[in-house]
Amino acid sequence: MADPATSWAIAHSWLTLALPLAAFLVNGLALGRRAPRAAAAVAVLANFAAAVVALLVARDYFAAAHPAPLLAWSFPWLELPHFAGGLMLGIGCWLDPIAVMMLVLITVISTLVHLYAAGYLRGDPGFGRFFALLPFFAFAMTGLVIAPDLVQLYIFWELVGLASYLLIGFWYTKPAAVEASKKAFIITRFADAFFLIGIVLVATALGTVQFAAVNAPAAGAALAASPVVFGGHSCSLLALAAVLLFAGAWGKSAMFPLHVWLPDAMEGPTPVSSIIHSATMVVAGVYLTARLFPLFAAAGSALFLAETLGAFTALFAAVMACVQTDIKRVLAYSTLSQLGFMMFALGVADPAAPAGYTASMFHVFTHAFFKSMLFLCAGILIHAAHTNDLLGMGGLRRKLPVTHAATLIGCLALAGIWPLSGFFSKDAILASAWTAGRPWIFAVGLATSLLTAFYMARFYLLAFHGASRAAGRDAHAHEDLLMALPVALLAVPSAAAGWFAEKYFAQHMLPPGLHTAEHAAHAPWVPWLALGAAVAGILYAAWRYGRGFIPSAPKNPAVRLAWNRFYVDELWQVFAHWLMFTLVAAPAKWFDSVVIDGSLDASAWVMQKLGAAQRAWQNGLVQRYLAAMLVGLLALWLLGGLAK
Amino acid sequence: MIPTTLTPGALLLSLTWGIPTLTIVALALLPAARTRLIRWVSLGSALLNLALVAGLIAAWPAHRPPLGAEVPLAFAARIPWFDQPHITYFVGVDGISLLMMLLAALIAVCGVLVSWRVEARAKEFFIYMQVLLAGVFGCFISFDLFTFFLFNEVTLIPTYLLIGIFGTGRKEYCAMKLNLMLFAGSALVLVGLLGLYYASGLHTFDLYALAKVRFPADFQHWAFPALFLGFGVLGALFPFHTWSPDGHSSAPTAISMFLAGVHMKLGGYGCLRVAMFLLPEGAREWMNVFLVLATINIIYGAFIAVKQTDLKYINAYSSVSHCGLVLFGYAALNFLGVRGAVLQMFSHGLLTALIFAVIGMIYSRTHTRQIGELGGLMTRLPFIGVAFTLAALAGLGLPGLSGFVAELNVFLGAFARTPVLNKVCTVIAILSIVVTAVYLLRTINKVLHGPAQAKDEGLKDADLAERAAIVILLAGVIVMGVWPRAVTALIDGSIEPIVEQLAR
Repeated sequence: MADPATSWAIAHSWLTLALPLAAFLVNGLALGRRAPRAAAAVAVLANFAAAVVALLVARDYFAAAHPAPLLAWSFPWLELPHFAGGLMLGIGCWLDPIAVMMLVLITVISTLVHLYAAGYLRGDPGFGRFFALLPFFAFAMTGLVIAPDLVQLYIFWELVGLASYLLIGFWYTKPAAVEASKKAFIITRFADAFFLIGIVLVATALGTVQFAAVNAPAAGAALAASPVVFGGHSCSLLALAAVLLFAGAWGKSAMFPLHVWLPDAMEGPTPVSSIIHSATMVVAGVYLTARLFPLFAAAGSALFLAETLGAFTALFAAVMACVQTDIKRVLAYSTLSQLGFMMFALGVADPAAPAGYTASMFHVFTHAFFKSMLFLCAGILIHAAHTNDLLGMGGLRRKLPVTHAATLIGCLALAGIWPLSGFFSKDAILASAWTAGRPWIFAVGLATSLLTAFYMARFYLLAFHGASRAAGRDAHAHEDLLMALPVALLAVPSAAAGWFAEKYFAQHMLPPGLHTAEHAAHAPWVPWLALGAAVAGILYAAWRYGRGFIPSAPKNPAVRLAWNRFYVDELWQVFAHWLMFTLVAAPAKWFDSVVIDGSLDASAWVMQKLGAAQRAWQNGLVQRYLAAMLVGLLALWLLGGLAK
Repeated sequence: MIPTTLTPGALLLSLTWGIPTLTIVALALLPAARTRLIRWVSLGSALLNLALVAGLIAAWPAHRPPLGAEVPLAFAARIPWFDQPHITYFVGVDGISLLMMLLAALIAVCGVLVSWRVEARAKEFFIYMQVLLAGVFGCFISFDLFTFFLFNEVTLIPTYLLIGIFGTGRKEYCAMKLNLMLFAGSALVLVGLLGLYYASGLHTFDLYALAKVRFPADFQHWAFPALFLGFGVLGALFPFHTWSPDGHSSAPTAISMFLAGVHMKLGGYGCLRVAMFLLPEGAREWMNVFLVLATINIIYGAFIAVKQTDLKYINAYSSVSHCGLVLFGYAALNFLGVRGAVLQMFSHGLLTALIFAVIGMIYSRTHTRQIGELGGLMTRLPFIGVAFTLAALAGLGLPGLSGFVAELNVFLGAFARTPVLNKVCTVIAILSIVVTAVYLLRTINKVLHGPAQAKDEGLKDADLAERAAIVILLAGVIVMGVWPRAVTALIDGSIEPIVEQLAR
């Protein structure tokens, strides 16, 4: 049982993929319409069973002292003959520490979110459809994390994108939801196109797409040895390929300036937000960066991008989170900011000192629990106050005791207060930035921590404290058992996961190829400083919002700028729309109809006119023919005379 | 040795165009008022043909010739027809033609199903449709270039009548345009074929006899572009593509399905079978030109689709883009490129037929194809809506559906070529998937999503015949996407000899 090679769960780990898929098919084809409640039951049970399998996989996998990567199973999907000597693409399951960790996260959080959704969407006309689509999301994300090669990862990567498109646009009669879903799909698709180019590049250059081979030092060396010359400039193929591959992560994990889709994705039902922001979709980008870490580390270019983009996004999004009033948007910007943390942590890591890598994975792990819980709490608050607006809530702590307690845990965990989970992972990230010799990144992280504590305390105070500003809408506020139970269950890991797992992550969640971590350089003052920043943020929020609060429109121009999200959305809208429709599509259409089709019509017109001109001579009038004959004879005679 | 008599195998092959021909006779004898019977006879004939093609595919593994066979065809027979000029009735099939025949047979069945409500001049309609079918099947089994050309021309006549009589919009103009441009393409092809006949010194139209000839370089220099362009017109090669949006958009639903789904594929099929297979040196010489044109096709078609507002025009320009990918795959001149192109022909055939079918269903209910006038149909017509969504997703190359498999092969094949031009063009082609996503999602969102409109109250979702058509086409799209080896196992062995020839 302790041996991964003989483990029943690892041999049957395909169940984690097959069970949600089966739920999707059964509910989508049969139950969804006819028996929505049965569909919900099927979905919850399938996910629960998958979670049990995933937990057993984790138990057996981590039983080894030094868990080594292993290919649990694989099926052939498509062979590519004559390509790099013949390549076989397959669908398989590659287990390594981060894959197993993600497997557990996805299945456990997905099960709880399914349970919650059964309460949250009760009475919705799309109830059955929802329970077909949500398991599909879990299926797609599971396939992504267990992928042994780039092509399988890309396949499920796109399916994850599809699932989020369908779920963000779940209320498809609502124009805002439709727009948001389209935006999410197209922006991530834009990034994915570069990702695909990167995959094609790597496959062609190396003749393999297996992570084990792509991440091997030989692959990096082979790529680095072939320069790409482009109009006098040259760069190594390795640097180019790494940036292209990273582009996928850039879009999926919503790094600036591709972040604009994520806050809009709030138009989806709250359980969807919960799962998108924790275990699926957005962490896929971070996961990809970790997955290709050795290659990226060899290239440098991609990790540099991860570091700078991550740090900037962390701070930028935190500023916006401080002034938002839509409860889900506050959380959305907070996710952006936390993704920035995970990204820059990967960026500062290197194979010799992988503290940033382990810290990033640790933060993925802890963040998933408290962020999914916070979204589920937000859903309960929205149901209770019948509004998304924090300014229309207030004073809900007595009516929603479980939600209140859970939100408090979540907020403090996210703010990084000891001994809750977020403290440990955030501290690990900050320490890794400092010990990697990146004082500026560290400073940005510290400032972001302060802001994080501020906006989470603000969130908590506005929702639960002070007098009710709901004007009676919250008279029937209550906690549904189906919704409160998952929240309560998620509160446990949100509180304890950091304490519990810190050592394990630092020692075992290592980048592929590394079996033991060097003992990281120590900076014992970092946790104290981080804690100090968090407490300062909370105190400021308490001073600002703790003593009765009267909402008013922001007057300060800097606040207004942040409130308007720095107009990045508008810039995107104008730029993308202008580029696509005005600059390219409209001239192309004009060219097609006027130049190409016009010249065709013109040639047809010339033919017709020539025909018409000919026709005048062929009109059947004998007199005309005779006259023509006479003229012709005369002309010949004259010509003959002249020739003499 | 290829038999010179009508063997049972060759007879079965001939039945693929024989059944439509017999059906024409049967339909001609039926009174025009008995539309129900006419429909059922047409459906029966289409189903019979599908069963026949399925049987041939099932028999293929047992009858496939060994690798390296001189004539890599199954059920082949070469029956003398004319001595002077030397013309034979040379029929046979390989994996590629079987796949194309499967496509034609599937779309034929679906075409009859979606035409179930055609009442006006139904007898003529179904007769012309059978003529079209006979021509297409004849093409796919012919390996004598004269009969191949003959069958190809047969398809043009009913096309003109079907669009001109049963079409919508500027149908006379569009029918004329389609036919004139395709005839112009045929004229180029004919020039090329006569050139092959004489330049080979063999005085034969036999494809595999011609394949053994090494044509002189200066002959290949002019004959290849004549043939490739000639067939390319039918494959909607830029800048000779404008017949297809007009022609396909004004045709009645079933005919749009068949023209865009199958008929256009004759162009891509001819480019591969005749131009590239017989004139490899010309192919290598000219491929950069056609690579650039095909790349323009892909990105240009997609951008124009973004600006269209008529559903049929959106899909027609989408076809221009997707058919560009077929020619783009050829331009790789390697195994994956050619295989991707063949896969793309099959995938695009199913998809475009599906989308035209769905558009027809929407049009017959709402009487408009303008996306500005449509909205919220997912609420009113969920079955049609889901089918449309899946078709659009497959069109934008979503993994798990057919388009992705073809694209992956094409992109990998094209990028594997060393020249920088190939790499740059591949990058452009890959980036086009973003534009594709824009126009397809825009269409889906405008037509299906948003609040349900009051004027669409009481619209009926797809009926049994329509559902059957949708399910058949979708099944093909999903099977190919999930289990691509089912398709590649059929075609791979038949692509090998072509690629070997290309390297010659």
